[in-house]
Amino acid sequence: MSTTTQPPLAAERRLPNVWDIVAILCVFATLISVAHVARGTWVRIDAPGATEISLDPWRLPEYAVRTTLRMFAALAASLLFTFTYGTAAAKSQRAGIILIPLLDILQSVPILGFLTFTVVFFMNLFPGQVLGLELASIFAIFTSQAWNMAFSMYQSLRTVPTDLVEASTSFRLSAWQKFWRLEVPFAIPGLVWNTMMSMSGGWFFVVASEAISLGDNTWKLPGIGSYIAQAQAERNIGAILWAIIAMLVVILAYDQLLFRPLVAWSTKFRFETTSGATASDPWMLRLVRRTRLLRSAGDLVGQAATSLGGLHLSFRRDPWTRHGTQSRAGEIVWAVLIASLIGWGSWRAITFAAAELHWSDLGEAFLLGLVTLLRVIVLMVLASLIWVPIGVWLGLRPAWARRAQPVAQFLAAFPANLLFPVFVVVIVHFQLNQDIWLTPLMVLGTQWYILFNVVAGAAAFPGDLREAASNFRVNGLLWWRKVIIPGIFPYYITGAITASGGCWNAAIVAEVVSWGDTKLVAHGLGAYIAEATERGDMARVVLGVAVMSAFVLTFNRLLWHPLYSYARRRLTLG
Amino acid sequence: MDAPLLEVLGCRQAYHKEASADLVVLEDVNLTLREGEIVALLGRSGSGKSTLLRIVAGLLHPTGGEVMWRGGPVSGPTDGIAMVFQSFALFPWLTVQENVELGLEARGVPRAERKKRADDALDLIGLGGFASAYPKELSGGMRQRVGLARALVVYPDLLLMDEPFSALDVLTAETLRTDLIDLWSDGKLPVKSVLMVTHNIEEAVLMCDRILLFSSNPGRVSHELTVSFPHPRNRLDLAFRQMVDDIYALMTRRAPAEHKATAVPPDPLATPLQRVGLNMMAGLMEALAASPYDGRADLPALAETLHFEVDDLLPLGETLQLLHFAVLEEGDVYLTEKGRAFVQADVDGRRALFAEALRAHVPLVNMIRQVLDERWNHRASAVRFRDELEDHMSPDYADGTLRTVIGWGRYAELFSYDEEAEQFSLEDPE
Repeated sequence: MSTTTQPPLAAERRLPNVWDIVAILCVFATLISVAHVARGTWVRIDAPGATEISLDPWRLPEYAVRTTLRMFAALAASLLFTFTYGTAAAKSQRAGIILIPLLDILQSVPILGFLTFTVVFFMNLFPGQVLGLELASIFAIFTSQAWNMAFSMYQSLRTVPTDLVEASTSFRLSAWQKFWRLEVPFAIPGLVWNTMMSMSGGWFFVVASEAISLGDNTWKLPGIGSYIAQAQAERNIGAILWAIIAMLVVILAYDQLLFRPLVAWSTKFRFETTSGATASDPWMLRLVRRTRLLRSAGDLVGQAATSLGGLHLSFRRDPWTRHGTQSRAGEIVWAVLIASLIGWGSWRAITFAAAELHWSDLGEAFLLGLVTLLRVIVLMVLASLIWVPIGVWLGLRPAWARRAQPVAQFLAAFPANLLFPVFVVVIVHFQLNQDIWLTPLMVLGTQWYILFNVVAGAAAFPGDLREAASNFRVNGLLWWRKVIIPGIFPYYITGAITASGGCWNAAIVAEVVSWGDTKLVAHGLGAYIAEATERGDMARVVLGVAVMSAFVLTFNRLLWHPLYSYARRRLTLG
Repeated sequence: MDAPLLEVLGCRQAYHKEASADLVVLEDVNLTLREGEIVALLGRSGSGKSTLLRIVAGLLHPTGGEVMWRGGPVSGPTDGIAMVFQSFALFPWLTVQENVELGLEARGVPRAERKKRADDALDLIGLGGFASAYPKELSGGMRQRVGLARALVVYPDLLLMDEPFSALDVLTAETLRTDLIDLWSDGKLPVKSVLMVTHNIEEAVLMCDRILLFSSNPGRVSHELTVSFPHPRNRLDLAFRQMVDDIYALMTRRAPAEHKATAVPPDPLATPLQRVGLNMMAGLMEALAASPYDGRADLPALAETLHFEVDDLLPLGETLQLLHFAVLEEGDVYLTEKGRAFVQADVDGRRALFAEALRAHVPLVNMIRQVLDERWNHRASAVRFRDELEDHMSPDYADGTLRTVIGWGRYAELFSYDEEAEQFSLEDPE
């Protein structure tokens, strides 16, 4: 009823407002840059300027746009993967048996080590074209983004509340409608959060994957990563600073333009029955809501999505037969299929290893793995000692926590490998020990996860418990041991798991760093993989990566998973 | 007389367990529903009444028997049947309007008609101004109104309600009940018949034309009662009170009768224990011992003064009966000598009495204690007891029973328990 009467201001608002003009400019700028980049992609690889990098700071905006677009292309692929793989794993029991452990492994494999070989693969797909390189880079980013998003989707789908499932069934929603009305909305908050995390992780890879050397050839895709590589080769510290500034601007921009609004929007889908404190809308979301043009565009997209999701598509089987027994024969065929796949895989692995490798190689990789493990442990301890007190201090002061939280998230998104050259200059200048001083590089980008999780934990610490503690005059060390550490522990573990995983991955780029002709190498499994990659020694790369995956998996299974479930069981409040 | 709307014939629901016999939830349930009546399935939690409702709704497939809807078999969710959920089951990301339209959308009703019907349903149920609100902005009562509107908007012939008011506070629930009955009496509800599940005796007598009383283990219809009072009904009316009393009596009479029926006592582990806390038990015994009751009380009256529903009071009474602290009889409960002794004892005395009662009347406690005594390290994993329980009852019940025993045994200091390791031990006691 209220929609039929027009408020007096409605006529005025029909005219385009200032925001509309801003919006139009934004849309056209985006379209133009996409078109520009797309043209660059189809160029032949040996065309003049196709893969050459100029250190002129004025070229940086273009490079930044190209890098960002690569990120989003990979993100689109990751979303596609999430919706298919994650859904298949959750919906089909048979598929889940194999898909979930596979995902778990893929998550722990440092794909960075395989970069060279994926490049060869994609260049053979599009011989002589820049497109091959582009795809290789996008694929590398994809591998850093997709797994945790798919996992999040899978977990959401498995935990859809039963009463809503029953309601959908009893109102006879088709499978397609149920997916879009119930399951996807339920998965959205987790998915948005994981997408943000993935974007942060992806920057690390984009920088590493743009400049690739294969044997004698070096290709540099136009982008910030290549710019940095070029600056490193030319020992141009000014250019590196320019690149860092450009990167800051890019991250700030997509954070403000995309993720803040997305997160605010996704709270609508959070499954809670009480309305909690709502943060004010980020300015971008306000812009979209206030701008006529953007809003009607948004509505249009929303309506299209709604009617698409509402389509009565169904391959409805009798809903009851699904609960019935699955066919015995199918079960057997499936088991045989998986067994033969495993058999074939192990046979291939064994013959390959036997031809190229020796037992001593395994021993060497294992020992180097222990060195890197030691590094990771020391770093985690140090980072915890530094950031837990700071995080608690910030978290217990709401005014500070509000300011610190976005900063820490922002820092986590910043690709730490951009900062490596700065460290190298310092190490070279002061002639520091490489084995020790290259180590901090590994934790540079990932320590922030500890910080912002601890801040969140301390901020969520119940006021009555704090009051009780001070009422009984629990102070000093006792307060840390009995009050705050158990209180923030689940949050801390979440952050620490992410941080340590990131450390392993970073080892591959952090243990070997070069500055012009100077090359700094630390002992460790990361350096082992990186140097084997440089030599094109496939067997040792595979070995190194396999050993590293084994380390990560064992570390996770023996340390983090038990700690995590302990924290979930015993230290969760309420 | 019209042909029945719904018929449930010899319905049986059992869950398979590999090791042992089936766990029977429903056994030989028959039910006929005609147009123009409100029927209640009244019983304790765990008596299988919600399962029956889900079978009627086509959400569950019965292991045996048949459900006929307008003469044809039900084989999945059916057009003429809509359901209201105990937990409301509203989609938090859809507005009230979108939630209500959901069932229509699933049927491919065009947008304009959807909107009109949703508006009508919301107006009918008193939610006209809330169409654009999200569920989380509403109070519990308003949410359940949305649930009701969502079911009514599809014009179902049969409305199913699964404990629709049990998640609401007393006043809100009462308002919703009377609103619903008013609409029904005025013929404004677009439904032909209502089938509701409840464990609230007064609610059933207040709203329904017929009451099917469920007994547990396995669930079956034990009694059928017709309520012939005209609407609106008065809770304070003498006949109303008498009927509530009678139903209490019927529900408390069940348990002892069952024990007599089985000549050989079943496996000591076969009876699930109800999750009843010690403070509740002590509190009830104290209330019973004090004036005005002086050791004997009428259950409905007691329930009213303690603000208990039958679902709270009966398990409590039955547990006291199991421990021989009290006896349930014809809608009354009275304390035994042991019970009086317990009330008068001090903290340690109570613990000793309780330990004694546990060892005498709860075989599972005895069994755990025996195993612990025999072991050289006086430790035993909880898993083996849970497994044994699961041979006799569903995993949920087994878990509940085990937890209850853990709580009781810890209080009585018969054994201690390590939650982390899931292990019983004799470390602390004695």
